[in-house]
Amino acid sequence: MNLKLKALKKSLWLFHFNSGSCNNCDIEILDCLTPKFDLERFGIKLIGSIRHADVMVVTGFVSRQTAPRLKRLYQQAPKPVIVIACGSCACSGAIFAPSYNMAGPVDKIIPVDAYIPGCPPKPQAIIAAVVKLWKKL
Amino acid sequence: MNLIFNFLVFPGFLFTAVIGCLASWIDRKVTARVQWRVGPPILQPFYDLVKLSGKETIVPRGGARLTFLAMPIVALSAITLVSTLIWRVLLSPQTTFLGDLIVVIYLLTIPSIALIISGAASANPLASLGASREMKLILGYELPFILAIFVPVIKANGIIRLGELLAWQWTNHIFVGSLSGFIAFIVVILCMQAKLGLVPFDAPEAETEIIAGPYIEYSGTPLAIYKLTRWMMLFVIPMFLVVIFMGGINFSGWHILWGILKYVLLLVIIVLIRNTNPRLRIDQAMKFFWGPVTGLAILAVILALLGL
Repeated sequence: MNLKLKALKKSLWLFHFNSGSCNNCDIEILDCLTPKFDLERFGIKLIGSIRHADVMVVTGFVSRQTAPRLKRLYQQAPKPVIVIACGSCACSGAIFAPSYNMAGPVDKIIPVDAYIPGCPPKPQAIIAAVVKLWKKL
Repeated sequence: MNLIFNFLVFPGFLFTAVIGCLASWIDRKVTARVQWRVGPPILQPFYDLVKLSGKETIVPRGGARLTFLAMPIVALSAITLVSTLIWRVLLSPQTTFLGDLIVVIYLLTIPSIALIISGAASANPLASLGASREMKLILGYELPFILAIFVPVIKANGIIRLGELLAWQWTNHIFVGSLSGFIAFIVVILCMQAKLGLVPFDAPEAETEIIAGPYIEYSGTPLAIYKLTRWMMLFVIPMFLVVIFMGGINFSGWHILWGILKYVLLLVIIVLIRNTNPRLRIDQAMKFFWGPVTGLAILAVILALLGL
């Protein structure tokens, strides 16, 4: 078990879910994978299918349309899976909190392991969140 | 007993898996360096495998359960068998048997066929799309691939034993050294890129387009087995080309370094092609293989028949 946990820490594959975000957080997440920050050094890479994912990065306040899909994707992910709410909207709803279309924030739909506030959070903040997750695991 | 050892440990599964993991690390590292990044640590493939084997395995509802779970093992055992055959011939050329060249060509298509079947078994529209593209791609590249493999056979007067092909190259010259052999070698490198499913021809599993094609529903251990198969192919197929075109590996003293260099050279060519090209649509890939590449292959065969 210990070996598997160590391996999990060393190769986190990100699945990126946009639940109605303005795309700013998404750009910052992609920033982490560019040559400047290069998260592949730590084995972190972006993958397209939820079945391959270890980490779900959710951005955006959760709209009524995306809420059931978010829930379904969480159920489809092979466990153990870690959920990160990235950006102020995903953490609390931010300026969308009083909106008629608001079904979230994310932790109302699925359990969240880490919150990254910021609008958008800097890549450094995202990396710091991943480091804190490593310590928690 | 000896055969089982050969299949499971030395030239077979364990050895190929370790070298395949290293090859995939070289692939990722060189890619990272080309993009001006640092790249993953050397143990990264092992971490990925251990992590994947610790994850939950999900079989999609509506999928064919047995086929879905069996296909990765079929692909893995086929590629292990190819590796065992090639390395036994390399280590002791007299163990070759009549037609093992043809057996190897056959076995090399089995991973692709397993991929098609598992794409169809996973009850996912994107997976079946990937499977149909893989099918078209096989139709595309098999013709020039086999034509190009004919060239060494023709030049060596119809030898279809791997060991005798090696011996012919050691007594005369390596096949790349002649004009027809060189053209055939270029054709084979292009076909190898398609066989490995790497970038110019990765339409079947286009990550950004149809997510991961036939792999989309795989998770946990079956996915780990498929990943391992792909990494082992990254070792086995270039090794096959080294044997039939570049004179194999000579295991006496310093010559072994030269042999390893041949393999690494092929690997770096693969990685550089993969990093400097966009993805072709499946129809473009078919046109490319049936048009210019088959033309080149036929030219090579004609030149070989003329003795050049």
